[in-house]
Amino acid sequence: MSTAAMHAEHHHHEEHHHHESFISKYVFSMDHKMISKQFLITGMIMGMVGMIMSLLFRLQLAWPDEQFSILETLLGKWAVDGKLDPNFYMGLVTIHGTIMVFYVLTAGLSGTFSNLLIPLQVGARDMASPFMNMLSYWFFLASSVVLLISVGVETGPASGGWTVYPPLSALEKAMPGSGLGMTLWLVAIALFIVSSLLGGINYISTVLNMRTKGMSMNRMPLTIWAFFFTAILGLLSFPVLLGAALFLIFDRSFGTSFYLSDIYLEGVGALENIGGSPVLYQHLFWFLGHPEVYIILMPALGITSEVISCNARKPIFGYTAMVISLMGISFLSFIVWGHHMFITGMNPFLGSVFMILTLIIAVPSAVKAFNYITTLWRGNLRFTPAMLFSIGLVSFFISGGLTGIYLGNAALDIQLHDSYFVVAHFHLVMGSAAIFGMFAGIYHWFPKMYGRMMNNTLGYVHFWMTFITAYLVFFPMHFMGLAGVPRRYYQFTLVKEFDVWMDVNKLITVSAIAAGVAQLFFLWNFFYSIFRGKKAGTNPWQATTLEWSTPEERIHGNWPGEIPTVYRGPHEYSRPDREEDFFPQYIPDESDLAQTETQKTKTAPSESEVEETESASVFFAAIKRVFGLS
Amino acid sequence: MANHSDAAFEKLPMWAGGRSPFNVSYGKLMMWIFLLSDAFTFSSLLVQYGAQRFSNIESQVTTKWPDPASIFNHFPFIHGFHLPLLFVSVMTFILILSSVTMVLAVEAGHRNSKKEVEKYMLYTIIGGAAFLGCQAWEWSTFIHEGARLWGNTFGITDQGYKHLSEVGFGDHFHWEEGDRTNGPVPFAALFFIVTGFHGFHVFSGVVINVVVYIMTVRGVFERRGHYEMIEKAGLYWHFVDLVWVFVFTFFYLI
Repeated sequence: MSTAAMHAEHHHHEEHHHHESFISKYVFSMDHKMISKQFLITGMIMGMVGMIMSLLFRLQLAWPDEQFSILETLLGKWAVDGKLDPNFYMGLVTIHGTIMVFYVLTAGLSGTFSNLLIPLQVGARDMASPFMNMLSYWFFLASSVVLLISVGVETGPASGGWTVYPPLSALEKAMPGSGLGMTLWLVAIALFIVSSLLGGINYISTVLNMRTKGMSMNRMPLTIWAFFFTAILGLLSFPVLLGAALFLIFDRSFGTSFYLSDIYLEGVGALENIGGSPVLYQHLFWFLGHPEVYIILMPALGITSEVISCNARKPIFGYTAMVISLMGISFLSFIVWGHHMFITGMNPFLGSVFMILTLIIAVPSAVKAFNYITTLWRGNLRFTPAMLFSIGLVSFFISGGLTGIYLGNAALDIQLHDSYFVVAHFHLVMGSAAIFGMFAGIYHWFPKMYGRMMNNTLGYVHFWMTFITAYLVFFPMHFMGLAGVPRRYYQFTLVKEFDVWMDVNKLITVSAIAAGVAQLFFLWNFFYSIFRGKKAGTNPWQATTLEWSTPEERIHGNWPGEIPTVYRGPHEYSRPDREEDFFPQYIPDESDLAQTETQKTKTAPSESEVEETESASVFFAAIKRVFGLS
Repeated sequence: MANHSDAAFEKLPMWAGGRSPFNVSYGKLMMWIFLLSDAFTFSSLLVQYGAQRFSNIESQVTTKWPDPASIFNHFPFIHGFHLPLLFVSVMTFILILSSVTMVLAVEAGHRNSKKEVEKYMLYTIIGGAAFLGCQAWEWSTFIHEGARLWGNTFGITDQGYKHLSEVGFGDHFHWEEGDRTNGPVPFAALFFIVTGFHGFHVFSGVVINVVVYIMTVRGVFERRGHYEMIEKAGLYWHFVDLVWVFVFTFFYLI
């Protein structure tokens, strides 16, 4: 029944794609390509807001006693006499983190590229449920709007840090931002969880159920594998945050005390009832929080695999190893959350277990890093902007990942916890790396999204400025952190020991402003190219994957006729037996028809044609491939 | 490169694309995936229950976690008798019966028998609604007895336990002065949140069942040629039942 229903639905799409009104095409669209653009544009707007916030608090950190009259004009009572209010500073830090983690790098990255690429690369007309897909975007938009509104409320936005630990988040009296701002933060995140759930269910079932003929799991591009695991992580970890948020709401509004222990505010006991544990919240939060890191990073890694392979004109080195390492990272990410909590008073034995598990993540991560490098090695490199951003990702992934080994160590973490070392680490490995993956994806698939090319020169300017300034911003923070400078402090001139870092703080802020300017080149390039870019043609990068077999006019339903069949793996570049240096997945192999006769499994296999292979030999073949022996 | 050792996967033709590897429609697959996610939500709630209950060593708490059997000992219309866990057993039985009728509805759907699907869906809806009614009574009795989100008056003292040990099943029973004091704070709050969250799921299930029932009556599935929607609603309903087994175990039995 299932395939019949699927096909029936596909025909339905084909018949109806040409009469769409403005509303159904651009606003309440159910076409995955349009929804991906909606995610991208919303994500970009949120990204700009997040970046401007970071510039505001960077200004405060670099010139704490300077008066910027423009700030008073912009922020009113939050910057009296042009000096940022301490509470608003905390609010900015919190909302910057929330926006970047959830809104830009989760929804903006995964939402954009999972939506765009999953149906196109597995060969489906649309997502499994286009309607739920549309709902997913609208919940995300509602969530974004609520979060932005929370910045404007009278008592200020939530300001207890993006992790919203109780008691700061649970007691309305704890700080101004813990009032209405915090309530709106929780509403926004609840909406976000719904959006992520609707999206994730769709991504997983599309990948499993809707692949075209011949697209077996190990012929899927690595992007799809990455989106698939990302969706699973989101699906299993966000509900736990929902559970934590539910209890937090009861603590805030209904008088329970799950997360509240003895607390004194201004010398008086804040609560009548006590007995809860704030550490319990941290356990639950980081059960989401750690997988969330990989929800952010893995799509970027998948995009990089695809872009590097295409632009090095080489098959990706160790396809199976890449898949297995993604799987390993996904699994391990669920059992390492304790490394965020080494100094919370957690049992030290538990700490050592979490430490060992954390350090094991270095293994699949190293597999990925080395595979990227070996794919680049002696490749026929084409330095498109997308390729540069992918290489930039590899750079950040390594330099940020190495400091992860320090931080994963429970003994060292006592010194480094909550210092700028941590800020440097996660901004490099997760922030910069993931945003570079996102840029790589935008430059690479822009032709598929809008049918036009982005300007290369502006792309190079954007890349080099961003790459250099990102290192200038985040690298010096390592040294500050090693010297013990704590994060989230409002004004370092008030602490004499940290005075020596003021010059470094100025360097960081100037670099951050330059990084902001660099993004203007990107924005100009992006919007100009949508309307005036060079026409792209169907396959501008000579890539092999399915999405480049769709026609230039991007119709709802993706392929006008039948969906192409897939004959081989996704990275067939520079095959010696081919004249062209790429061999798309969807083109049948005429040259070795004789071989296909004997080995029917090579073309789209059907049940009767498939030969039985001994499971043992398959197992050893897989092992050999992992270690690159075959 | 990749196609030289595809054998490992391609010996599994179900996974080779162009069809569903599990031989299910995307809708059913989505329901399974959603239930997986929902299972994690309930797990997080039950984990919080466990953490609160077993780490409750605050010095101001003088009594142990209350014994549920001594608190949930009421039955409608029979006041003042010690009937531990009798009412919740009836509730549980009703919910499990409604699962049985759901199975029968799904089975009737396989035979495309509209009349029987209607009949069994109606029974399932009645079962679900009855369960919700029982829960409402359970909650109001519990609140009447003094349960609050922000405190716990069910700290049973040694005298209270002694008193309880003297009453048998079905005997007259009333709390006496000194039987109860303030106990571990989160006891009632956890009960309300977790059973409430489950009750919300039952309520959603009843709404879904009503929608599906109306669709059946109007012949939507008959025209469609299959009753798959009943199966999807059934998956959800059985899941809610399964969760109740855990909630019941945690809050009433141990």
